Amino acid sequence: MKNSSALKTHNSYRAALAPYSIWSVLFVIVPLIFIAFYAFTDNNFAFTTDNITRFFTATSNILNDDGTTKEVRTYVLIFLRSLKLAAISTVVCLILAYPIAYIMSRAKPKTQKTMVTLIMIPMWMNFLIRTYAWMTILQDSGIINTILGNLFGLEPFHVIGTETAVILGMVYDYFPYMVLPIYSILAKMDGKLIEAAKDLGCGSFSVLRRVIFPLSMPGVISGITMVLIPSISTFYISQKLGNGKFFLIGDAIESQYIANNLHFAAAIAFILMIILLVMMALLKYLTTRFVYGGDSR
Amino acid sequence: MEKIIELKNISKAFDGETVLDNMSLDIHDNEFVTLLGPSGCGKTTTLRIIGGFESPDEGDVFFMGEKINDVPPHKRHVNTVFQKYALFPHLNVFDNVAFGLREQKVSKEEIKEKVEKMLKMVMLSGFEKRRVTSLSGGQQQRVAIARALINEPKILLLDEPLGALDLKLRKDMQQELKKIQKNTGITFIFVTHDQEEALSMSDTIVVMSEGKIQQIGTPTDIYNEPVNAFVADFIGESNIIDGIMQSDYKVKFSGHTFDCLDTGFSPNEPVDVVIRPEDVDIVAPEKAMLCGDVTSVTFMGVHNEIIVDVNGFKWMIQTTDSVEENAHIGISLDPDAIHIMKKSKFSGMFGDYSSYSNELEELANPDEEDEE
Repeated sequence: MKNSSALKTHNSYRAALAPYSIWSVLFVIVPLIFIAFYAFTDNNFAFTTDNITRFFTATSNILNDDGTTKEVRTYVLIFLRSLKLAAISTVVCLILAYPIAYIMSRAKPKTQKTMVTLIMIPMWMNFLIRTYAWMTILQDSGIINTILGNLFGLEPFHVIGTETAVILGMVYDYFPYMVLPIYSILAKMDGKLIEAAKDLGCGSFSVLRRVIFPLSMPGVISGITMVLIPSISTFYISQKLGNGKFFLIGDAIESQYIANNLHFAAAIAFILMIILLVMMALLKYLTTRFVYGGDSR
Repeated sequence: MEKIIELKNISKAFDGETVLDNMSLDIHDNEFVTLLGPSGCGKTTTLRIIGGFESPDEGDVFFMGEKINDVPPHKRHVNTVFQKYALFPHLNVFDNVAFGLREQKVSKEEIKEKVEKMLKMVMLSGFEKRRVTSLSGGQQQRVAIARALINEPKILLLDEPLGALDLKLRKDMQQELKKIQKNTGITFIFVTHDQEEALSMSDTIVVMSEGKIQQIGTPTDIYNEPVNAFVADFIGESNIIDGIMQSDYKVKFSGHTFDCLDTGFSPNEPVDVVIRPEDVDIVAPEKAMLCGDVTSVTFMGVHNEIIVDVNGFKWMIQTTDSVEENAHIGISLDPDAIHIMKKSKFSGMFGDYSSYSNELEELANPDEEDEE
């Protein structure tokens, strides 16, 4: 009796799941198989590891500041640069997002709704358009420099084409992904725990350090994951705001693809995917072991 | 005994709704004080004002003679056991208990020693490394008590701490809390809506209703000498009958004049007469002071609870005699079974069992969850 009804629920559960399963297979699993297939084949679709090897061994010469040249491993350098910019962006996002998430979570319900909406609105616009907007704001003849120049007679600040501009673009694009998970954890936090900490002698900062922050770690971790991963593989921001000077791993994939080197583009994507998987697994392992709430995710 | 907390003319309103109305209360050192009252009577708010989580709109709070209205909670020598314990889920038992000491920068060795001593006192030795979320309600309760007491507060505030426990565990914890209070000598201020709990644990009970204190006294005072119909009804069961105080020691109600022990009323003053259900003797109708018909009999285990219609007023009587439904019985009252109260605004609101049922009683007093 009990078993049959359980089975029935199970079957209807699977039926409800079917569209999503088909979707995942068609648009996630199959493309992944294609990427792996292309990564390990040459133009005649014969098996090869050359594409993978090329990623780690290809070299090029870059110009040092003193005019000498230096040989570097091209794609390893590009990857490390992507990692560095993504890491900096993630940290900046976290530092900016945490206080806002905290303030939001303590605000009146109506204010909270308004703030969430304000943070989400930019996400309704295409990120290419957002990136163009930043170009017009930051460039030498852009809004900021025009105002500064006209009001104070200052020389334009060259922001476009610097790492700062690229980081700014990434922070702007991925900021909501950091704020929202932290906010949702903080908003659900039991106010009695904060009272209990105060009761036990904690001043405001101590409450934050000893209770609120540790309890919000699951939100912080998902925020970090949701910002770090996409910002490592981002492209276009670096081309537009970095003036093409900071070629990132996403740009590398794009340019190889445009140059019709599909197999090498697939190889870079494949390697990037493996590295990200390893990073996520490591992050998960560390949070499970050392962070409160890490094991419930 | 020295006054440790003085509340002077405290008023507090939330969103225009008065919760405390010009309330004054002194609490003495080394006392077990219980704030008792129904939902929304202001007892939790009183506790939160003492703890520093609310500030009074009007009036002053004194701690050992010093005004502390604006002292934040973390600077008061007061600790709280919260209603649902509010243990820190990211810390284990040891770290929860050590929380307050760590804030005071106590040395590691001292923390270890004190935490172990405290866990021993609440009988949780060996639980140091356990996660608080893996503990039972009773164990969490003990951790909450240890976490508060380890800071050696002058006052421990307990906000309905036993509400979430089952009956057996609750009885055990009542005994244990009482013992801890005696051994430590710390003033306990305990909030509950459970009158039995209040009677069995407290040195002093403060009965509250509608933001006002109705009566302060020892459990026996409160039970035997309630000041008005609200208190008489809230603490235990009571038959409350309109009467006329003919002279000292003589009261007339239900058409009969009874001897009593009360004095100090004006001649022929209208009064409320309280008779506890267990103080009524059932006798043969011919020897009786009053007669009535039994309308219902409920077997309660130790006694029978019967409802008797006496001239249209329904009495509750608890008796170990076996009585048949519809029987015509006589009632006899000793002088010390009768307690006389002055008329109050609560007169006529309580103490008539015409519409009595156990079920309704429970519906009318649901366990309060969060009283603000």
